[in-house]
Amino acid sequence: MTDMDKADLRSLYRRMLLIRRFEEKSAEMYALAKIAGFLHLYIGEEAIAVGAIDVLRPDDYVISAYRDHGHCLARGSDPGKVMAELFGKATGLCQGKGGSMHLVDVQNRFMGGYAIVGGHIPLAAGLAFAAKYQKQDLVTVCFFGEGAVPSGQAHEAFNLAALWKLPVVFICENNRYGMGTPVHRAVALYEDVAEAARSYGITAERVDGMDVLAVRTLMRTVVEQVRAGQGPCFIEAMTYRFMGHSMADPSHGHYRTKDEVEEYRKRDPLLVLKETMLNQTSCSEADFKQLEREVGDVVAAAVKFADESPFPEPASLHADIMVGD
Amino acid sequence: MLLSYREALNQAMREEMRRDARIFLIGEEVGYYQGAFKVTKGFVEEFGPQRVVDTPITEAGFTGLAIGAAMAGLHPIVELMTMNFGIVALDQIVNNAAKIRYMSGGQLSVPLVIRGPGSAAHQLGAQHSQSLEAWFCHVPGLKVVAPATPHDAKGLLKSAIRDHNPVIFIEAQLLYGTKGEVGDGEYTIPLGQADVKREGADVTIVAYSKMLLVALEAAEQLSREGLDVEVIDPRTLKPLDLDTIVASVTKTGRLVIVEEGWRFCGLGAQIAESIYSAAFDYLDGPIVRVTGEDVPIPYSRPLEDAAIPDVARVVAAVKSLCGAA
Repeated sequence: MTDMDKADLRSLYRRMLLIRRFEEKSAEMYALAKIAGFLHLYIGEEAIAVGAIDVLRPDDYVISAYRDHGHCLARGSDPGKVMAELFGKATGLCQGKGGSMHLVDVQNRFMGGYAIVGGHIPLAAGLAFAAKYQKQDLVTVCFFGEGAVPSGQAHEAFNLAALWKLPVVFICENNRYGMGTPVHRAVALYEDVAEAARSYGITAERVDGMDVLAVRTLMRTVVEQVRAGQGPCFIEAMTYRFMGHSMADPSHGHYRTKDEVEEYRKRDPLLVLKETMLNQTSCSEADFKQLEREVGDVVAAAVKFADESPFPEPASLHADIMVGD
Repeated sequence: MLLSYREALNQAMREEMRRDARIFLIGEEVGYYQGAFKVTKGFVEEFGPQRVVDTPITEAGFTGLAIGAAMAGLHPIVELMTMNFGIVALDQIVNNAAKIRYMSGGQLSVPLVIRGPGSAAHQLGAQHSQSLEAWFCHVPGLKVVAPATPHDAKGLLKSAIRDHNPVIFIEAQLLYGTKGEVGDGEYTIPLGQADVKREGADVTIVAYSKMLLVALEAAEQLSREGLDVEVIDPRTLKPLDLDTIVASVTKTGRLVIVEEGWRFCGLGAQIAESIYSAAFDYLDGPIVRVTGEDVPIPYSRPLEDAAIPDVARVVAAVKSLCGAA
């Protein structure tokens, strides 16, 4: 591999590592009651956000569900502003009004995290509709879990997107559990959830969601097709969340075993990429130590920024309900 | 110019769509069918299917799509074949349209009109006859408009389309054919401004949409019996123009509120509370509400009639309040 490849892989690894360490720190801050409410961590699924978003243009749209920190960070949002939002601070991305599940960063075309399962999928179709209507060659990428696939709103959006050949990529992050319910108890076609999209004539592919390079390679082709006006695509990225559904539950227990979690941890997306880098580039352990230091500093600075930031003024309570407020 | 309510709506949208290419119309049968109630007659011929978008029968999906398109800078007009179907899209309206601006800390806006007929027509049965304005008014982040006359319908719809917020615009099937003088040329009526439809000194009636016509007829009848009734149409239900109602009550000392919707938690309860708070000292008696009965609207004609306020009931309520019964 060339130096360019090395720098490229290093950059992918760094972005995944940032999400990982950011999420671990979030959990820590939750335990310290700096963060409250719901907190859904993306640990284990980093390769999907980073691999998929890497191929996008800055003006493409990205929209996500409630497990959205990873997508927001992968899109380039300032970790300090993201952490400040989790802290409910005035300096947060949404000035503390959104919280963990509703991150929005319009400057980076991150159009939001939404917390009604399936409810943001029609919005993604709408972003794509707007691009097509205005003859812009923009692609919308919409992330959701496999738990959203059987929802009515997902199906309505799939139908509209297929019917009108909208430039949208639906990325199903199949982490095998909708909260505590395994996919085989929730989705009739659990062996191939992408069949839901195919039934509307949408091209669908499955990819190893633990392999950032596989995700990126597939996305390159898919985004090119979608941008060229060939209609929507659906990607089922096979993954696994290493933590509980939210901070309210442990990583294993009632609905899955410790052994199962350990088994999947062997395919940790960070390990998968690290192995490639060690085997196929001149990267050494020292490089990874260096990355850890860099990312550690970024996350520490994010926490410091969030912690030192002020809470919103009470007067902001009634601001931004309506345009013109 | 004498126009029907239907023609006034048609003109309003036509003028706005000619003015601004970002505006598009979307809904069931809005295009080639010319609108289920022919409000969009001639639109697909003038503006083409890109801007007059026929949809499948999936209200959640296409309402969500419109919200997404609005987030990306378009100005959609969603036609719901009836407001009852808004219930199917309620997740999109309440969880997305109404909240996206606030949750994003003011980064996003949703310039969107959702319009269609509410309230009962003739014997449409329980699922097609509901007056749901109180539901929409309850949600922060929405404006709610319910014009009664062709002139108001045109001016208010143009303002609703130009507004930068989500506006629920409630029409009535039984109003579509009613005729009235409509201002010539370009005009708009600001949202949030009530109109004194009839001046009087003895008692104030507040009524909107179809019930305005009932109230005006009752006022006419009462005038022959020596009662001088002032009739106020709020026109916009949220934000409510309380000042105009207060000014009237300050003069008359008596208030009757007429609404077709259900009594319990109806809009009149809110108007009454607002008036008690703002003008209690001016009241010579309790505020009287004339409302729909708390029942699903029945099919059978005499039962349906019994469920909905009529002229006789309004006359009786005013008389009892004025001690003239």
